[in-house]
Amino acid sequence: MSTLEIRDLHVEVETESGPKEILRGVDLTVNSNETHAIMGPNGSGKSTLAYSIAGHPKYTVTRGEVLLDGENVLEMEVDERARAGLFLAMQYPVEVPGVSMSNFLRSAATAVRGEAPKVRHWVKEVKSAMTDLEIDPAFAERSVNEGFSGGEKKRHEVLQLSLLKPKFAVLDETDSGLDVDALRVVSKGVNDYKAQSDVGVLLITHYTRILRYIAPDRVHVFVNGRVAESGGPELAEELEANGYERFTSAAAEKEGQPA
Amino acid sequence: MTDTPVASTGGGSTTAPGAPVLDVDPGIKTASSPKIAPWEERFTSYDVEAFEVPRGREEQWRFTPLRRLNGLHDGAAADGEVAVTVRSGFGDSASDDLGGVRVEHVGRDDARIGEGGIPADRVAAQAWSAFPTATVVTVDQPRSDDEPLTVQVEGPGFGKTAYAHLQLRLEHQAEAVVVVDHRGSGTVAANLELVVGDGAKLLVVEVHDWADDAVFVGAQHLSVGRDATIRHTSVTLGGDLVRLSPTVNYRAPGGDAELDGLYFADGGQHLEQRLLVDHTATHCRSRVMYKGALQGAEGDKAAHTVWVGDVLIRKEAEGTDSYELNRNLLLTDNARADSVPNLEIETGEIAGAGHASATGRFDDEQLFYLMARGIPEAQARRLVVRGFFGEVIAKVRVPALRDRLEAAIEAELEAVGV
Repeated sequence: MSTLEIRDLHVEVETESGPKEILRGVDLTVNSNETHAIMGPNGSGKSTLAYSIAGHPKYTVTRGEVLLDGENVLEMEVDERARAGLFLAMQYPVEVPGVSMSNFLRSAATAVRGEAPKVRHWVKEVKSAMTDLEIDPAFAERSVNEGFSGGEKKRHEVLQLSLLKPKFAVLDETDSGLDVDALRVVSKGVNDYKAQSDVGVLLITHYTRILRYIAPDRVHVFVNGRVAESGGPELAEELEANGYERFTSAAAEKEGQPA
Repeated sequence: MTDTPVASTGGGSTTAPGAPVLDVDPGIKTASSPKIAPWEERFTSYDVEAFEVPRGREEQWRFTPLRRLNGLHDGAAADGEVAVTVRSGFGDSASDDLGGVRVEHVGRDDARIGEGGIPADRVAAQAWSAFPTATVVTVDQPRSDDEPLTVQVEGPGFGKTAYAHLQLRLEHQAEAVVVVDHRGSGTVAANLELVVGDGAKLLVVEVHDWADDAVFVGAQHLSVGRDATIRHTSVTLGGDLVRLSPTVNYRAPGGDAELDGLYFADGGQHLEQRLLVDHTATHCRSRVMYKGALQGAEGDKAAHTVWVGDVLIRKEAEGTDSYELNRNLLLTDNARADSVPNLEIETGEIAGAGHASATGRFDDEQLFYLMARGIPEAQARRLVVRGFFGEVIAKVRVPALRDRLEAAIEAELEAVGV
């Protein structure tokens, strides 16, 4: 049983007009075997939260902690976080020309597992994971994400999830840009990994659509750089019906009040 | 790295040390820019005295630090010789049994010498005037890819100067894979003639793995027959200063030339490549792909590379299909890459023509992506650089040479700790 604990997280980015605070005190705890949906309007800071947990150099943490089983992840390098059991499925996976998907997957698995997987097992493992995600085996020899469609990129993110077997997975808008078929395949991949592991999932999304495939235990509404409200799956249904307006206007009012 | 193929007017791009540069500025020549001189309008001569001693302002020489040429441009006398050996196979498996391949040592009065091209700069003419004997390697039948020929060229030794001449001849319909492997110390100027007969196919890899002191200035004369194919790959790793000038000449229609290059410059190295592809015949094809990495350690002299790619499509060269590309990857601050692609088109009746040039720093997003999957930073950087050079190395048909090049790149990366 593991815990990912985000405490009073403040994060800023450098802009032309100086540093700008994006996260303004995020508190969130995810346990193994739990799926938390983080929902919010564009610009609310959802993706910043995802990238800050993974350690993207563009974001500067000014206050707070991210604890993985009590250890402060923020003191680790990007690769150390991944090896400690964190995984970020990116909204825009990066193309790496000249590096084959198979070489990349094997390098990553070797790093995360601490030893090179045995070739015979590995080939089987990759093949079966690719079949589950309906990925053509020819992709193994293509450069990482290069020329992939949006759907192909997302399938490969989930492929990495299933091979790297993290303790916690942050899925950043994994549903964006997917048609219904691709969404079904990608969701099934996530659910399969959930079923065979104790992974805790932080599912970041703008729309409720993916929640019909991946059932959340908790739903958090993210507005203006912090969690505005938390609840069960019924909160997602309310958002589906009424949108974010109730939360955004409340946040605006709150901002307007004297401290 | 930033990949921004751009077609615009202008005279090329320069990235200076310290400046965060992701720039591209290749030039499609306009009426007002200086024209690419076609080879018969370029001044060419076998006689060194017919060329002025370059002063450094000439277009041909403006990037080259003349002081470091050890007098190659100014009449330095030979006091040494290069050792040339030709073997069948590559590396440990090479043997002296050359099958049907003919190796001859001839004088400059031999009728075949000069068939590939005539010197177009003073150092090439100097080499021509001063080489003691030329080596002519003739292949008159198809050889299998599994039996590459290796021509080993060993420098004259530290502090010595030598001039050399080598001709590879492929007769009608012949095929061969040839590695020209340069090593050793000293100062060398050379001409390399690659004469490819009608319907013949030559894959040649020129490796410059010189010792740190070496200075090498070479002119490559690629002469392509009717429906002939040439693949020329130049790999430049070692040496203090290496300057290569490949010129492609199509003798008849249907020729196909691919020129690839890989160079890796460390602090203090000057690696320069100047290409001219002159489309004089109809329905010929050319592809140019040069990739370079630069890394000058802090406190060291800057690493400097120069790439000038001139492609000229003449009025009579209808049906030409041409593309050239140069990419440079700046691994450290202390590096400078000059990239000047020039494309001049005199006929509208072409199949295609284009160019791209980009020089950029290491892409932090790529690094982040790989590291976010647990891959340590140093390994992630190596993966990206290996990937960058991958498409050039993949085209080298000699597996043992591919391994050597990959190992050499790893060693370069280790050296500076990126």
